[in-house]
Amino acid sequence: MATANELRELMRTEGAAVETNTQAFNEGRYESVSDLEEYEELKREARATKEDAIERLPELLDQLTETVEENGGTVYLADDAADANAYIRSVADERDAERVVKSKSMTSEELDVNEALAADGVDVVETDLGEWVLQIADEAPSHIVAPAIHKSRDAIADLFNERFDPETPLETAQELTHFARETLGERILDAEVGLTGANFIAAETGTMALVTSEGNARKTVAATDTHIAVAGVEKIVPTVADFHPFIELIGRSGTGQDITSYVSLLTPPLETPVVDFSDDTTPISAFDADREFHLVLVDNGRLAMREDDQLRETLYCIRCSACSNSCANFQSVGGHAFGGETYSGGIATGWEAGIEGLDVAGEFNDLCTGCTRCVNACPVGIDIPWINTVVRDRRNREREEPAEWLVDGLTPDEEDEGAPLQKRFFGNFETVAKLGSATAPLSNWFADADLSRRLMARLLDIDPRRELPTFERETLVEWFADRESTVSDPERRAVLYPDLYTNHVQVDRGKAAVEVLEALGVDVVVPPVPSSGRAPLSQGMVSTATDHATRVAETLNPHIEAGRDIVVIEPSDYAMFQREYEKFLDEATFTELADGSYEVLEYVYGLLENGADTSALPDVDAEVAYHSHCQQRTLGLEPYTVAVLEDRGYDVSTSDVECCGMAGSFGYKSDYYELSMDVGERLREQLQDDGVRGRPVVASGTSCLEQIDALLERQPRHPVELLVE
Amino acid sequence: MATARSSFESSLEDVGVSVTSVETASFREQLDETVTPPAVGVPLEEAFDEPSLSLADTSVTGDPTPATLREATTGVTGAQLGIGDYGSLALTPTDRASELVSLFVDRHVAVLRESDIVPDMDTAIETVHDEIDRTGHSVILATGPSATADMGALVTGAHGPRDVHVLIVDGE
Repeated sequence: MATANELRELMRTEGAAVETNTQAFNEGRYESVSDLEEYEELKREARATKEDAIERLPELLDQLTETVEENGGTVYLADDAADANAYIRSVADERDAERVVKSKSMTSEELDVNEALAADGVDVVETDLGEWVLQIADEAPSHIVAPAIHKSRDAIADLFNERFDPETPLETAQELTHFARETLGERILDAEVGLTGANFIAAETGTMALVTSEGNARKTVAATDTHIAVAGVEKIVPTVADFHPFIELIGRSGTGQDITSYVSLLTPPLETPVVDFSDDTTPISAFDADREFHLVLVDNGRLAMREDDQLRETLYCIRCSACSNSCANFQSVGGHAFGGETYSGGIATGWEAGIEGLDVAGEFNDLCTGCTRCVNACPVGIDIPWINTVVRDRRNREREEPAEWLVDGLTPDEEDEGAPLQKRFFGNFETVAKLGSATAPLSNWFADADLSRRLMARLLDIDPRRELPTFERETLVEWFADRESTVSDPERRAVLYPDLYTNHVQVDRGKAAVEVLEALGVDVVVPPVPSSGRAPLSQGMVSTATDHATRVAETLNPHIEAGRDIVVIEPSDYAMFQREYEKFLDEATFTELADGSYEVLEYVYGLLENGADTSALPDVDAEVAYHSHCQQRTLGLEPYTVAVLEDRGYDVSTSDVECCGMAGSFGYKSDYYELSMDVGERLREQLQDDGVRGRPVVASGTSCLEQIDALLERQPRHPVELLVE
Repeated sequence: MATARSSFESSLEDVGVSVTSVETASFREQLDETVTPPAVGVPLEEAFDEPSLSLADTSVTGDPTPATLREATTGVTGAQLGIGDYGSLALTPTDRASELVSLFVDRHVAVLRESDIVPDMDTAIETVHDEIDRTGHSVILATGPSATADMGALVTGAHGPRDVHVLIVDGE
């Protein structure tokens, strides 16, 4: 796991370049997909194609093997990296290859094939410009699509000038590109073997799709007589027609290009003649197309992933990099921290767990905070946060740490084996909060005391620079129990869900929500209900979260059956009801709760749309800045809050950062405090922009409120509190 | 077809590809004006089954030697499809080395018949699928010039051409 020091060093050296590039890709994605009318339909199609292809993989593998062999090529199914490399070395050896030129391929990175070939004395040359830069610098990719994303133009110029000592030092991107084109162009012409990856392979015709922009993959294949393509077995789809949704989605989802310059649909061996580029007498069409083709399909753990109900989705990944670019943490640290042996970004946890094992995946998967901003960005709809949670859960169960006496009483969870102490502390935050309220204000004094902060820092790695939440002595549920409903002839009846933070910490927003709902003619009750399980889930404690889900549904569903709506203030808990509970509850129970529950401003919006009497709500002419919550935005709920505030007369300016950086307990942890603040800095900048600086701030999520409180002088509030003034 | 063509032309503009149109009769003159010498090309008569689309009596060297190809600035090939919503061209690598002529040059001039313009990628992939299924060929979907952002800023002209021009031969 990256330590605070390592993360700080990466942010210092690579952070700026990574941030600029990933944010440009991410903005490009939003822009590019907004032009695509059939975006959602294409995503569904892409997903369905992958589901079907992985389901039928053994059959498609046989069909592809047969087709490629009929076409005159060879197929080799490699069990693992060593097996694949041995085959590739034998092909290079039989061809007497002195040089192998490569186009960009993550699967070849997974194999470490360059090292294997170099050991035989073969000169391996990366021809993708970014990969070539890294080959010269002897560095690892920091991004699966744009591998040298962490290097600035200046750093590349220094590298080239030092290594190649050109007559005139290289400076501009144009000069660097031209130099690379000329140098690599010569090397491609001399090479015997071209090694490529394959983005998709059609079993029916043996056609592969290669998605590139530089033209190096085309040259790598056309200028050599022996083509080796390496690809994971998951790349197979039934036919060329099935490439369609991917061709429209892959560039848009990744770097924000509508389509890359070249999508090569190659059915090897090619008809293109193999020419001697120095020949000045023979016409090119007089050369023969004497070509060899080898398709190396790599298993390396994939067939076992196919049998794994939780990791299988990973195989649908088309390596577009949307989950990297849309990830707030990735935008700060890049793939050198948020990545394993080969892959980086959110989905890397699935790949590395399946290919390398849980240990490698566990090294970086805590950097996924479960904010879900990648979920809608993923063109094949993989639930990437869930894969991260599952891997975290499996890692927790693998370890056997003795329970510590101090926290043991605070962790009445369902985790039978040693989840780490810090994870169990945050995972059982419900118990902590209950105890905190029961003993407030003493608990708050304790939390603030220097000695206890040092103890927390040492035992739980809670960063001493973070302010801890202040528990209220009277919970929302207790407050509500002492009052009478003010609504005599209700329009609707609702349960206001007393989420953990509203009940114990941010009680005021709960009181405001009750007042607003009653003002709009809703009969409200606030019964005691278990916490949603978001806290344990974020620590990878799946069985504890499942237990919470069951108890929440047992408490709330009878209210729904009795005609009450469920209204939720905390977006991360509402997202549990809408998304994660599907994995924990039977379908009917899940659907009943999901359909019967509403985020509080979504609910208010619905009431206003249905003609509720708004005379009791304030009418204003004022400005406000609003930061929505990551999971709330993934569920498409941000517009309701904006619409309600606008309806009341607010001029609303909204932030568009992917996440505030706090993400529940993440920002409290000593290892991640500085990263959390680095991510938060982007939000701070937006809230300090001209025209926003003077506005009061509202935010929907507890974490966001705490983070904004730490970032700004202005004390933020929940939007519902603006409706009771 | 008019809409597919106009959408194709506006997409070409978006991806930085220039375009001119020409009647079959004035093809050779127009081609001479379009290429930057020295120019090489793949004979087009066969591909299009149209004798007037010939490189003969133009400044373009048909079926060059590899060394001549390497010295050339412009490469002329046919394109089998133009794709309206993306401005993409479908290029089929043939035994006449069209892949080399369109790739190992600075400027690629693609000759496209108006009747081969399809409205969208969906239609194009269907057509390409049928073609590959029938012939076992390969197809390159080429959109704009080659490009890279790997050197710190977007640069056109990476390994492939830095400049692409489409010559649309008007239909009957």
